[in-house]
Amino acid sequence: MSVLQRDPQDQVRVLDEDGSVVGDVPDIDDETMVEMYRYMRLARHFDTRAVSLQRQGRMGTYPPLSGQEGAQIGSAVALAEDDWMVPSYREHGAALVRGLPLKQTLLYWMGHEKGNEMPEGANIFPPAVPIASQIPHATGAGWALKLREEADKAVMCYFGDGATSEGDFHEGLNFAGVFDTPNVFFCNNNQWAISVPRERQTASETLAQKAVAYGIDGIQVDGMDPLAVYAVTQAALDKAKNPQEGECRPTLIEAVQYRFGAHTTADDPTVYRDDEEVEKWKAKDPIPRLETFLRETGRLDDESVDAIEESVKEQVADAIDAAESDPRPDPSEMFEYAYAEMTPEVEAQYEEFQALHEKFGDEGFLRE
Amino acid sequence: MTEQNLTIVQAVRDGLYTEMQRDDDVLVMGEDVGKNGGVFRATEGLWDEFGDNRVIDTPLAESGIIGTAVGMAAMGLKPIPEIQFSGFMYPGYDQIISHMSRFRTRTRGRYTLPMVLRAPYGGGIRAPESHSESKEMFYAHEAGLKVVIPSTPYDTKGLLISAIRDPDPVIFLEPKLIYRAFRGDVPEDDYTVPIGEAAVRREGTDVSVFTYGAMTRPTLEAAENLAEEGIDAEVIDMRTISPLDREAIVESFKKTGRAVAVHEAPKNGGLGAEITATIQEEALLYQEAPVKRVAGYDVPYPLYALEDYYLPSVARVEEGIRETVNF
Repeated sequence: MSVLQRDPQDQVRVLDEDGSVVGDVPDIDDETMVEMYRYMRLARHFDTRAVSLQRQGRMGTYPPLSGQEGAQIGSAVALAEDDWMVPSYREHGAALVRGLPLKQTLLYWMGHEKGNEMPEGANIFPPAVPIASQIPHATGAGWALKLREEADKAVMCYFGDGATSEGDFHEGLNFAGVFDTPNVFFCNNNQWAISVPRERQTASETLAQKAVAYGIDGIQVDGMDPLAVYAVTQAALDKAKNPQEGECRPTLIEAVQYRFGAHTTADDPTVYRDDEEVEKWKAKDPIPRLETFLRETGRLDDESVDAIEESVKEQVADAIDAAESDPRPDPSEMFEYAYAEMTPEVEAQYEEFQALHEKFGDEGFLRE
Repeated sequence: MTEQNLTIVQAVRDGLYTEMQRDDDVLVMGEDVGKNGGVFRATEGLWDEFGDNRVIDTPLAESGIIGTAVGMAAMGLKPIPEIQFSGFMYPGYDQIISHMSRFRTRTRGRYTLPMVLRAPYGGGIRAPESHSESKEMFYAHEAGLKVVIPSTPYDTKGLLISAIRDPDPVIFLEPKLIYRAFRGDVPEDDYTVPIGEAAVRREGTDVSVFTYGAMTRPTLEAAENLAEEGIDAEVIDMRTISPLDREAIVESFKKTGRAVAVHEAPKNGGLGAEITATIQEEALLYQEAPVKRVAGYDVPYPLYALEDYYLPSVARVEEGIRETVNF
């Protein structure tokens, strides 16, 4: 029986908090499992460094992901190369798995549009800042694949618990149900939409059960258990691409998890939540859980863990160097990318800008 | 009256507090306005003071926030919904355009909406994508709404209280670039600043410069710099962009015969166009130079590495004024 055939209130788990096996370990080769662990370590280290760059004034506002690596990496690893990913703004870890270099994630949060120029073949949409606004895009992208008879590929969309309150969530999932699109809607329920707790978003007992009303499948998974996340996502992707008789393609996955840090570097979570709650969730940290499992099954040892730690540090340091030594974007980019061809208005304004820039230089524009 | 020295965002909070104390029908609602006190601290402490029924953390849903506020207002409450950043107002745009602006007209005054929709707006704070746009003209274009944009702490409190007491819906846009940029004297008591009246910030005889919101400061700075070159610019802060104080525009223009409009919103269809048309309609024979618009460019607002090139700078404003005076 598919892992998806469960009640939306029955949370799927493979590893318990201590990393002991309590469910069916998905069929993942050893190399990929270790790779998952490495990606999670990389995402965590990147996150720590990114927050510190913001604190030092080297980067703008940044949304941290610590605590959510299990959900991001476990789900993204399940995507096939030809599948698509439609993220919100916190999926730096998942995007990394899809081939978005860390340098680009840094550039985006440093205010460069270049960070949004997705590498060819990575099949990622640019991050969507307005909450839930990307969900209908994901449905549309899945629908496009189906209309072109390419529904052997699927589109996975990420969003948070707060997004389920928005109209776009309803409309995106409703269309997916009606047109039976090859989609996986992956809800990173991290319990808090800035300061507003999950129970203030909806009176529903679970977010997964919202799927029922759209006539699609819904499932709740322990989002801090990367193996459970992988198993559920893999099954949902498989169903999106190859539904059996009587099955619908779309699935809503609610990955129950916690953000250890702030919503973004602009808020202070101690104002709205207790340390005790944070500590309770830190005990579920996805990284030591997977590490314990991998060590106990002989897939990792001290030596390989140390090597991973070193390589992760190096990779992040290199990405920061690369991003910081990237030249400031040229102001002409503002005008050049607005349309395929500049309209007469934009062209006139660009000329006016150039004349002013020539006359006053950067000092005529840049503020402190 | 006792004076306090407040920033603009503190003056917002003070205005809300003052009216909530005075009138039990006034309530605040939105994302993170309660325990967290608002992401900019505009509602700090109000939840402790007035409780969960008057300072309401809502689900994350702008159409829901604005739409339910319409329903509350129709029933006689005075809701003040906050949208966290003006860039997130669009899911509620249907409610604003189809309902907020039209309830009075549609019901021949049987139902009215004494509500104030607040949102921080504008660029310049190195914010992430979708957090920096100036889309005030979307609302100024919509009859049935009033659109207020303060630029000083004193005006912020006085205009906000006027907006709350106004029988019609008001969109109150707060220039977040200057939320904490400076302080000003603000009376502790309640007072009002009238909606629909511009303020002369600097008197001058050579050219009239019309602006509002966060652009008021660079415009004043430009005017002071140009005084050293012998150009005497008058700077007028519109304060309300709908209804527009056309009398103030015409009066100043008749004196100077030259005009510049400064705003960070895009040039195309910006307030500068409306100011120019007003001059054409009502003071053509006084005109000595083309009206100059120093505005945001007609391109999508860039991520912050380029935003300084997009926003009117002091040098750009100065150059616009020079061009107009030397025509």
